[in-house]
Amino acid sequence: MTIETPPAAVDKFARAFEKLSSDKSTSPEWIKSLREKAWSAFSNLGLPTKRRGNELWKYTNLRPLADLEFSYGSSGSVTAEQIKCAGPWDDAWDTLVVVDGKFSSELSSLNGTTGLRATSLASAIESSEGDVESQLASLAGKEEYAFTALSTAFVDDGAYVSLGDGSELEQPVHVIFVTSGASESRAVYPRLLMNAGVGSSMTLIETHLNLADTPQFSAPVIEILQDGGSAIRHYRVQMENEASFHIGTTRVSQQGDTDFTSTSFAVGAQIARNDVHTLLDAPGANCTLHGLYMTNGSQHQDQEISTTHAKPGGSSDQFYKGILSGKSHAVFSGKVIVMRNAQKSDANQKDLNLLLSRGAEIDAKPSLEIYADDITASHGATAGHVDRDTLFYLQSRGVDEETAKAILVRGFAEEMLNEFEPPTLFDFVERVTDERIPVLLAESDTIGTA
Amino acid sequence: MLEIKNLHASVVDVEDSEILRGIDLKVSKGEVHAIMGPNGSGKSTLANVLMGRPDYEVTDGDVLFEDKSIIEMAPDARAHLGMFLAFQYPAEIPGVRPWQFLKSALDSKAEARGEDKMSVRNFSKLFDEKVEAVGINPNLVKRSLNEGFSGGEKKRNEMLQLEVLQPSLAILDETDSGLDVDALRIVAEGVNSMRSPERSFIVVTHYQRLLNYITPDVVHILVKGKIVKTGGPELALEVEKDGYKEYFAAAGADA
Ligand SMILES: Nc1ncnc2c1ncn2[C@@H]1O[C@H](COP(=O)(O)OP(=O)(O)O)[C@@H](O)[C@H]1O
Ligand SMILES: [Mg+2]
Repeated sequence: MTIETPPAAVDKFARAFEKLSSDKSTSPEWIKSLREKAWSAFSNLGLPTKRRGNELWKYTNLRPLADLEFSYGSSGSVTAEQIKCAGPWDDAWDTLVVVDGKFSSELSSLNGTTGLRATSLASAIESSEGDVESQLASLAGKEEYAFTALSTAFVDDGAYVSLGDGSELEQPVHVIFVTSGASESRAVYPRLLMNAGVGSSMTLIETHLNLADTPQFSAPVIEILQDGGSAIRHYRVQMENEASFHIGTTRVSQQGDTDFTSTSFAVGAQIARNDVHTLLDAPGANCTLHGLYMTNGSQHQDQEISTTHAKPGGSSDQFYKGILSGKSHAVFSGKVIVMRNAQKSDANQKDLNLLLSRGAEIDAKPSLEIYADDITASHGATAGHVDRDTLFYLQSRGVDEETAKAILVRGFAEEMLNEFEPPTLFDFVERVTDERIPVLLAESDTIGTA
Repeated sequence: MLEIKNLHASVVDVEDSEILRGIDLKVSKGEVHAIMGPNGSGKSTLANVLMGRPDYEVTDGDVLFEDKSIIEMAPDARAHLGMFLAFQYPAEIPGVRPWQFLKSALDSKAEARGEDKMSVRNFSKLFDEKVEAVGINPNLVKRSLNEGFSGGEKKRNEMLQLEVLQPSLAILDETDSGLDVDALRIVAEGVNSMRSPERSFIVVTHYQRLLNYITPDVVHILVKGKIVKTGGPELALEVEKDGYKEYFAAAGADA
């Protein structure tokens, strides 16, 4: 006998959905119908608070999110100074700023770069610009997944980036998603829709910031469509406040001979999920999904990383590193699917963790699902401590214990930090890391004991 | 410079684990002492206890460095006094670059001694010079500390650190094992060039081979945690010829 439980927390979002529907009654029909369908999907799903039998959410308890009360209709203000203070910033970059889910043209800093169309998603939707109608929610929003359904039900604004055929940008495009300071809790669903034309290349930086110190909920959805021969160097920086919920979804579809190379840096939120899926949809598509996560206190960081090799001759490389302290918890769930005709594919998965405290916990489950017979693949995960021998080695050369510990933790992070190529961005993640290490070490009780 | 008095040491928290069973040894300024002995006799333990490795516990006796007891001191404090240990098995430390690490080691030492820190420029010059001197591949030292280094490269890296840090007492724990003749010569040249009236060495070795290149002032034979014989350079040759067998009885143990 099964007892039907109603989908969780749907009521919380219902009033806001009604309000959006009436506010946006003049939107193009296609978007209204997209929202309706997504809302109906979400209403049936609810928030995934049940973990039993739910592989996707087995290790992540969303009860605290379902219990949160949201307020609607208030949109806060943010200054340029606040943003520059809280995240990476470079005047040479084309920067799009999305505040509480709404594109801000005042805070954005666009340099009129040739070959780049960068604007508010709302205006692209209202004017059904380019291929927005066919592209929006084509990668995220039609599947049976609560958070993309929720985001699509509320799809309204965010950033729209379109790179012309053959355009090769020298400077990065930076999209900042920021939640304003507020005492009440808000739910925001910012989106980035981006397409890269044939043979184009660019660097895309995504930064997620939170200026409040109260619990906020953001469910950003990023959709990236890459035409043949394009190359994207992608970075993701997530540093929301430690009371917040961050459920991020990134969906990438890659045509032939494309490269999607991504490095993520995740240190924020109470519960954070970085859910990335790359679809290698044509021969010779390569993706590199790397990342560093650091957790302390009672933080929960969840990396849900998956790649589908749908066509032959593609490669995927998933490599994440975690540094955990306090009573924090991290999850690495890596999945690679190699479909039957995706011969000559190469798939690698790795998750390495440094546990600095007895109370910290890592659930790592790399998995390969292979239906083709002529492929190369590897996978593995480890969790280790900093050992006493290594510490003694450094100390014997005159480095004091505290510094030695910091050197070792920093050394573990080094190879990931080095992937952040734009100098301004590197300096930023390096600074955040150097500030974070003493916090991690203050909650550490295993270093040098094993 | 260094005076070891009736030193007994055991493995921390392990009962009946005594490894060093009463060692007396005095190293004066400018001297080179060789410590030889069969595998498992306690040579590495002695070297590590002198440097303060927390795996071991001194249960009796004392160690004086420049007339002050050091057995309660942390390893880094001993390094600041001028002690150095070249490890038999150096740790591999991913992501830590030798340049940065050595600079911070040298800075800590300067700070502890109230001396001026070396400028980045002077340090770089010194570092490059020493990299060339010990014959280590410059690309290697841009990478991680010892990670992916061969056995020989690790030993050269130990010599690099020794030469940069310029300690007043250097303890070399089997820096010669696993080295080919060329690398062996580099170790010997390093030690010989650093030999001075102000600097002492304790060279731990299993074979006599290294002592063809470094002529010690004093040779000690360590068996079963005790020094069973002390002599001049000729003692090393005797051991080479006759092995350690005859010394086991002297240590109160079976061969
Ligand atoms: N940390 C340790 N824990 C347990 N046994 C140890 C430890 N260190 C050394 N020993 C033991 O002490 C003895 C001497 O070891 P070691 O000093 O390494 O000898 P040597 O360097 O002369 O070959 C050996 O029997 C070794 O197994
Ligand atoms: Mg040894």
